[in-house]
Parts: sequence; C-alpha cells; structure tokens
Amino acid sequence: MLTQARTTSLPFAASSGYFDQRSASAKTGLHLLMAAMSSMFFLFLLSYILRSQVSDWEALSEPWQPLAQTGQLWFNSALLVVASISLELARRSIRQPDHGHSRELLLLAGLSSFGFLVGQLVFWNFLTSRGFFAGSNPANAFFFLLTGLHALHLIGGLVAWIVATVRLSRQRRQPTEEGLALTKLSIELCTTYWHFLLVVWMFLFALLSSSPSTYAAIAKFCGLGD
Amino acid sequence: MAYADDVENEELHEPTGFIWKYVWSQDHKVIAIQYSTTAILVGLVALVLSGMMRMQIGFPGSIDMDATAYYQAMTMHGMIMVIYLLTAIFLGGFGNYLIPLMVGARDMVFPFVNMLSYWFYLVSVLVLLASFFVPGGPTGAGWTLYPPQAITAGTPGSEWGIILMLVSLIIFIIAATMGGLNYVTTVLQARTHGMTMFRMPLTVWGIFVATILALLAFPALFVSGVMMLLDQTIGTSFFMPDMMQFGSQLDYSGGSPILFQHLFWFFGHPEVYIVALPAFGLVSDLISIHARRSIFGYRMMVWAIVSIGVLSFVVWAHHMYVSGMNPYFGFFFATTTLVIAVPTALKVYNWLLTLWRGNIHLTVPMLFSLAFIVTFLVGGLTGLFLGNVVVDIPLSDTYFVVAHFHMVMGVAPILVVFGSIYHWYPKITGRMLHDGIGKLHFWITFLGTYLIYFPMHYLGFLGMPRRYYAYEDYPFIPESAQSLNAFITVVAIVVGISQLLFLFNLAYSYFKGAPSGGNPWRATSLEWLTPETPPKHGNWGSSLPVVHRWAYDYGVPGAELDYVPQTTSAEEVPVHESDHDE
Amino acid sequence: MTFAVILVAIVVVSVLFHFLSPWQATPLASNWGSIDTTITITLVITGIFFVAIVLFMAYCVYKYKAVPERRSEYRPENKKLEWWLIGITTVAICALLAPGLIVYNDFVHVPANAVEFEAVGEQWRWSYRLPGKDKTFGRTSVTRIDENNTFGIDPSDAAGQDDILIAGNQIHVLINQSTKALLRSKDVLHDFYVPQFRAKMDLIPGQVTYFWFTPTVLGTFDILCAEYCGIGHYNMRGQVVVDDASSYQKWLSSQVTFADVLSGGTVEGLVDQGQRLASSRGCIACHSIDGAPSLGPGWLDLYGRQETLSDGSQVKVDGPYLIESVIDPAVKIVAGYPPVMVAYQMSDEQLDSLVAYIASLSSDPDNSTSIQPSIEE
Repeated sequence: MLTQARTTSLPFAASSGYFDQRSASAKTGLHLLMAAMSSMFFLFLLSYILRSQVSDWEALSEPWQPLAQTGQLWFNSALLVVASISLELARRSIRQPDHGHSRELLLLAGLSSFGFLVGQLVFWNFLTSRGFFAGSNPANAFFFLLTGLHALHLIGGLVAWIVATVRLSRQRRQPTEEGLALTKLSIELCTTYWHFLLVVWMFLFALLSSSPSTYAAIAKFCGLGD
Repeated sequence: MAYADDVENEELHEPTGFIWKYVWSQDHKVIAIQYSTTAILVGLVALVLSGMMRMQIGFPGSIDMDATAYYQAMTMHGMIMVIYLLTAIFLGGFGNYLIPLMVGARDMVFPFVNMLSYWFYLVSVLVLLASFFVPGGPTGAGWTLYPPQAITAGTPGSEWGIILMLVSLIIFIIAATMGGLNYVTTVLQARTHGMTMFRMPLTVWGIFVATILALLAFPALFVSGVMMLLDQTIGTSFFMPDMMQFGSQLDYSGGSPILFQHLFWFFGHPEVYIVALPAFGLVSDLISIHARRSIFGYRMMVWAIVSIGVLSFVVWAHHMYVSGMNPYFGFFFATTTLVIAVPTALKVYNWLLTLWRGNIHLTVPMLFSLAFIVTFLVGGLTGLFLGNVVVDIPLSDTYFVVAHFHMVMGVAPILVVFGSIYHWYPKITGRMLHDGIGKLHFWITFLGTYLIYFPMHYLGFLGMPRRYYAYEDYPFIPESAQSLNAFITVVAIVVGISQLLFLFNLAYSYFKGAPSGGNPWRATSLEWLTPETPPKHGNWGSSLPVVHRWAYDYGVPGAELDYVPQTTSAEEVPVHESDHDE
Repeated sequence: MTFAVILVAIVVVSVLFHFLSPWQATPLASNWGSIDTTITITLVITGIFFVAIVLFMAYCVYKYKAVPERRSEYRPENKKLEWWLIGITTVAICALLAPGLIVYNDFVHVPANAVEFEAVGEQWRWSYRLPGKDKTFGRTSVTRIDENNTFGIDPSDAAGQDDILIAGNQIHVLINQSTKALLRSKDVLHDFYVPQFRAKMDLIPGQVTYFWFTPTVLGTFDILCAEYCGIGHYNMRGQVVVDDASSYQKWLSSQVTFADVLSGGTVEGLVDQGQRLASSRGCIACHSIDGAPSLGPGWLDLYGRQETLSDGSQVKVDGPYLIESVIDPAVKIVAGYPPVMVAYQMSDEQLDSLVAYIASLSSDPDNSTSIQPSIEE
C-alpha cells in the first residue's frame, strides 16, 4: 500500500470516501499503539529476566511461593480467552445481514473481560493476604507491576468496548449505513486489541510462573547472564 | 489508502467562538501553535537556569547560588531542553503544523486525540514546574536521573522533586504517544492524490521517522520511570542495590543500577535522533528552497534518515563505556556508533552539494540553515571522539562531553528551530518576520554559541569534570581555565539576552510585519499552495490538492519560473521522475 | 561575501585556537600514551574533514550567491559521486576505529603481573584496601559494614585478615608497576578519575568494577569523582601518590591490617572513639578537620566559636548545639552553608564521643577541657 506507485495520479482510485479512510486510519493507529505497548512490555520482561539473575530473587513459582498453584490464574486466563473468542465471533456475525448474535457475543466479551479483572484482583488479594507485598521481593514487585499494567490496558479497552456496545445498540434501533460502518469498525478494533492483550497476558503468565532455571536459560540466551 | 474528497461527508464544521477555536481546538495548526508556545516558554525557564549556572561557574559566588540550587538548575535545564522544549517543539510544533499541510491532508487523522496530546503535554509541564514549589525543591539528580543517587538523601529533591519529575515524564510520554500515533498515521493514511511516500518533503520524512523512534523508545523511559517511582515510593528494589548511606544501612537489596542506565539510554540515544531527524528534514527543505536548487540525492537522504533511525537503537551503550558494564560490549557499540556516522556524513555532503551550483539567497532562514551545518559538523565530528570507546575514556564526564552535546543536540537543532520559524512564520501569520532584527539575532546566536562551545572542548581535553559546582584547589586546572570560563559566561549571557530580540520580533511582526502573501519564498511544497494564508480550518477549501511531482523542482530546465509547485501537472512542465520517483 | 569570509575566519580561528590554546591535555603520568595517540589520530582526521567541509561551504556561498535571472543547475542526483563520498567516509571511519579498538583491547586486558588495590567510594570520600601478603582480598558485603568494619569484610574469610585498610583519602602506588584498581561503592555511583592517568571507571554499588594503569611519573595526583553522586560531588577528592620502591615500602609498613583493627580498638578514649565514628559515619566528607573549605562548617577550632546562623542569630558552639545539629541538622544552619545534611541516629555515648572529638580539634584549651558529657534526658 505504501509503495504503490501513483505516478501522475489521475484518475484516482475510486474514492469510497471518508469511512474507508477513517477505518484504515483507525486500524493503522491501533497497530502503532500496539507496537508501542509491545515495546513497553518487552522492555519490562527484559528487565525482569535481568533482575531475576540476582541472588536475592525468589521466583514466584518456587514451591513455597504463591505461583506454585496457578489454578486461579488459569481460570482468569480462560475468561480472557472467552472474551477474545466471543469478540472474534461478534466481528464475524456483524457482517451478516441480521448481525447474528453480535450483541450477545459483545456482551459476553465484556462480562468475561470484567470477570478477568475481578479474578486478577482476587489473586492480588490472595497474595497480599499471605504477606506477599510489592516491596517484599522483586519478583512480587514485578508481578504486581506487570499484571497491574496489563489490567490498566484492558480497562482502556473496556472503554472502547462500551463505545462499540452503544454503537451497536443504536444501530439496532435505527440502522444507518454510517452507523453500521462505525459499529463494524469499533468491533474490529476491539477484536484486534483483545487478541493482542491475550497474547501479552499469555507471555506474562508464562514468564511469571516459570522456574528459575528457565530464567537463567533465557538470560544466557540473551547474553545477559554473567 | 483512501481519500477523503467529499467535503460534505467530512467533519469540517469550523468551530466558532474563542474558546473552541483557540483553547479546546482540534485544529492541527492551533495545536501546533499551542505546543510551540508552551515549549518556548518553558524553554525560557531553562535558559534562565543555564544563565545562573554559568554565573556560578564563570564568577563563583557572584550570585547567591549554593550547590543544591546549582544541581537543581542543572537537572531542570537539561530535562526541559531535551524533552519539554526540543522534543515537544519538533514533533508537537512543527510535526503538527507541517505534516497535514505538506502531505495535503485536511487535518491530523485523530483530531481529538491530537488535542488530548497537547493537554497532557501541558499538564506534564505544569507538574514539572510545580516541583519548584514543593518541599526540598526540584530534583537535582542530573537529567539522567541515575539511581541510587536520584532517590537517596544525598541529592537535592530526592523526595518530592524526583516524584514530580517522574510523574511529569510519564504524562509526557502519554502525550507524545498520542501525538505520535497521529503523525505516523496521518503520513501513512491521509496523503492526498499523487503524494507518494517518495514525493514527500524531507521534513515529513524526518518527523515521520523520528516519531516512529519516539513510539518505540519512549516506552523505555516509561519502564524505567515507573520502576524508579516504585523504588522511591513503596520501597521496591528494581534498581536499588544493597547500600548504605551516611553510615546507615538502607532497606534495599539486590537491584541493578546498571539496568536503569541500559533502559535510560535505550530511550536516550534514539531521543537524540528524535530531535535530530526532524531538524535534518527541516534544514534540507530550507536549504533547497533558499538555494533554489533541487535537494541533492533525495533518495539517499531518505534512506539515510531511515538507516540512522534503525541504527539509533543499537548504539545506546556508547553512553556507558565507563559505567562498569561488561567491557567487551565496548567493541560492539564503538563499531555501531561509528557506522552511524556514514549516513550522517552523507547528509552533510548532500546539503553542501545542494548549495553547489545553486543560486543561494542568504535569507535569514538560509543563514540559520548554513550555521546549522557548521555547528552540526563540529558536534558530529566530536561525536566521533566519544563514540570511539577508548578515546571516550579520558573525555567522558568532562567538559568535552558538555561541549559536544550542546553543539550537536542543543545549538544545532535550536538553529533549525529558529530558521524554520523565520521560514514558516509567514504561512502561520500572513506576515514576514523583520529581516534586520532577524539578522542581528542570527549573528549573535551563531557566533556567540560557537564562541561558547568551541573553546569548551578544550576544558575537556584538560580534564575538567562536568557537573562540578566549583573547581577550587585542583592543581591540574590552571588559573587561565577560570578566565576561559568567565569569558564563556559573558558570551553566554549575551546570547541568552539576545533571544529577547527573537521574542520581540515574533510579537512585533505579528502586528507590524510586512504582508507576506501566500508563497513569499516561491516554494513548491503544498503548504505554500493553500487557498488562504494563514490556512483556514480544513486547509484546502473545497477540494484536496493533487500532486504530480516531488517537492524539489527548482531550476527545472524549460519551466517558466525557477520553481514548479507540486500541483503543476506533467503536461505543463514535464516531470523528471526517472531518478526520484518509483 | 560577508558570510563566506566569516566561514573562512571560523576555520582559521578554530585551527589557530587549537595550536595556540593554553588548555591542552594535562601532562600524562601513566602508560596510556596510546590513548593520547588515538585522540591525536581522531583530531587529525576530523580536523581535515572540518576544514575541507567548511571551506567548501564558504566557496559555494561565495561562488553561487544569488544572481537575478540565473537558474541553478537541475541535477537531482549523482549516484557515482555519492558512492565515492560514502567510500571515503567509510575509509576515514575505519582509520579512526581500528586504532581505537586495538588500544581498547589493551585497556580491557589487565596484565598478569598487575598488583591490585581497591578503592571504595561513598558520599563524598574515598578509602582504600590492599590485599596484603596473600595477594587476595577478603570477601566483602555492604550489609556487613558497621563502625568497626568500615569496609564490610567478612571476618570469617581468612583471606581478609591480612587486608590492609587505609581510611584516609590518600593511596600510594608503586611507579612503573602495572596496577589494577578494583572499584566498589557503598552508596551511589561514583567514578575514579585521575586526569593524568587518562583512564577512569565508574563505581557501582553491588558490583566490583576495575581498570588498570601503570603510573610512570612520581608525585601526588588528585582523584576526582567523575560520575555525579549528589550534592558533594564536586568536593569528593582523593589523592594517589606515586612512590618509588623505598618510600612505598616505608608507607606500606605504617598501615594497619583488618586483623589489627579487629583485635585492637577495644580500649580507647572518648576522643579516639569520636574520631573513628567521624570517619566511619562519613562526617569528615563534609566537615574538614584541617581548616580546608568544605560542604559543612569545618571542625578545626569550631568548638567554642560564635557562629552566625542563616536567620541572622548568633550561637555559641557547645555540646548541646553540636548534638542538636547531628540529630536534627535542619534546625540551626550556619550562614553560608546549604541545608543538605541528613539527620543521624546515634547513641548518647556516640554523640558524646563525637562532641569530645570535635572539641579536641579546638586550640583553645579552656573549651576543650570544660566539656561534660551533656545529654539532657
């Protein structure tokens, strides 16, 4: 698209106009945003690996540590997967003439995302109740920091989800071509973003619950181990 | 890419009323002016701080400034200049104003986010300035904010000052990200008919690549800032090692101060190019326009910008040659750092070759551009000293470094800022800036800064360490070094005060300047071809411009005028696209 | 024309300045002449580029000044020329980089026969340790540091018993002997920098860094801190004395080992305790004891003196005032000094010993004899 040659330009590619541009821009913008977020999470994870090589590190997955049992986190992950899948289905069904079950699917996605956030909060509560505070060990600090940032990003996503939901219900009451284009766009953007956050979460989860030897191996692979 | 031709469908409702037009504005041109004005005002604070520091160095004890105040001034000066002035003015100011106009868009693609970007920026500036009024004053940690020092008691402002600094930076990063999404997406998605990537002015290329760097590099500052904030507030040990201070053990353990440095410079070095690349782009356009000659080697210039951008992510540790990191890293980073000199040198050559066989008009913007080349050349060449690891060892942390970075990323970009303001002011206001005042301002600024920073390198050769409040009783420093410092201070004060000329010119010409017309410099790029000057909301009236050629058709043989606007069709003047379009 | 002339003038003045400037590198006192050579190579190569480029620019500005009706040449590209320029630049860059990396290779490889000393930095002073007869340093840890063990040496490590401890700001090294400096910090980042030696390296808490040099000139050289370390950074001075063999041995024989410190020091007077405390808690980093200017009021002849405070009031320096100034330093600030001191926690006994020590530095015998241990309950 970028390098597409347009030497003397006229006549133009058929201009389907404003919404095409708006939709393409929004998608590009989201991709850039995800690139910046990836950079951030990547650097956090790199810092995490580096920090894990210092002797005072107590990996959260050690048997006496809270992440030895990850049941709660698996449950949370499942909720996030449900959210991601239902958004994907909503994205597909909105294209159908009667919009299929897009409304129910969208609602399910929102609820399970909310459930994920609550689940994370429950796990935080569990950690603090057992005396694992952010200040007590760097691994804990990273756990709170990374899950917290991930949750903040998901909350940001929920704002976009609210916009999508409102647009969809308005569209059902009073269908317009413009409204349809905007609804589709909103749902598509949410879907992409949720997939992204799911992938980030899977990386975080995998890393946070890994064993010290895994960290050592990664550190060695990155040339960070001393 | 799709085009938004149909004006009826666009949200082109021009806002009415002062508040909606100038305060809560979503118009990229107004936001650009808001960004620039704020940046210049906060830059003045930093300028005053530097004057105070120079007084203390040149004439110790002449003003009532103790070591605490000195280090606070040093820190705030550096941070404001690098982040809140230069980054903000190049991306938020010039990027906002010029990108939509130069690519033929009606506005940024996300005007609301663009507005939020400015307001976040303003909040970050206010939070930063608020730190002057909290107990303990602003942080005196040095602009690099290295832990453990930044958040322990031996440093001024290690309680409230540093917290506000970090919070302000985090807000700034959010602002820069929101703005950055806009700039990049606008370039990718909102170019007008016929505006291929390789027909864009180099200004757009410079800001475009710099913004991509910003989007990827600022997260590193965010990451380090957040972790340091937690170390300071809730006592985590991300960066804080086992340590004691003033005889007592502190409650930290195991953190890595070096990790902070890696993260900081992973941001910090691209940051240099976030400032430099827009300057490269702007100055390329100024030189081409005022030398009336097509930019030399456009394609190479673009690839140079792109490759500098890519390389800037693999050179960061050249700031850390004596930091105690694994010494073998030095081989790798010295090599990558010197490799980056090749595309950079190419840019300098191409600017010169643009002058060669041109028809050079020594207008004020051109004077600033030529001065930029000299200054940037000195700063670039001294960078070769510091990039070459073993040469850096004696020179690092001395005045050589201070002179180098002030030349290369202080004075050089500021000269471009001035040149660009003299150049685009007519488009922004419809009036020319006063030429005589401009020339006076130019000569004092150019020669003054050269007199300040060229001799300063020699204090570095001598071995004078930087960030010293006073230099009493060091036998290896001769008396004469103090005289040189006094001389530098005098010149610096003169240069500092002379900036009032510039401010006066801005204000005076706004009311009394000669009317400029739409295209006073007889330039080819789209921003000079708007139906109105200053451009109205939506920029282009009823229909978008159509681009038929690149932005550098100056002196085209057979054309009636010595410049051919980008909108001139190939039937009127043939397009020589064999070697500059795909 | 004017602009071209000024460009030429900039070149001429810059080159003249370079040769005539009195501010050149401090005379070398170590083996790192090779570093100076790399600087010279860099200067020559970059100097040629500087002169050539600015002169070419002056030529263009002069020769192609705007003339009405003239058109510039339309030649947007010349690939061949650009590749030539890239080639020449690349060669020049290699000419800079290659010698640099060769010398750097020497810098990172410490000779096998190098002797070691350790420099320990803290805000804002230096102390040093030598490995002793066994040529091995004892293990250390910041967490072991207390007033009897200011270096944090592990007492159970046999290698540490004969380590020689130097609490003052001055270290001696042997001329023409390759020397490896091991660097350690108790608190923040510092940097061990002797301008005459050219080499420098940061000190990082939690880590031991190093560099090496061979001193080649007898004499005393200043050690500067070259990594910003807080308010007293500019005043963090040390000295390195380059000795010949006989004076080095003489100096060495007068130093104490860790074992001496552990066994001795049980019985000592109040003044001696105070002196040790002043050193271990870092007081003397900011309060000189020889009348030299420092960050806080110097202690020489301080006791019994009338001082003017920052609010204009007068105070006589006595025991209670000194104690207040230690435990709550922000209350009374002597005029002319920055309010930078942090509050210290000390036992009553420690405070008394410190006051006794400060009083002992006053020449007025009436004052120094009249002090009483003076803590109000």
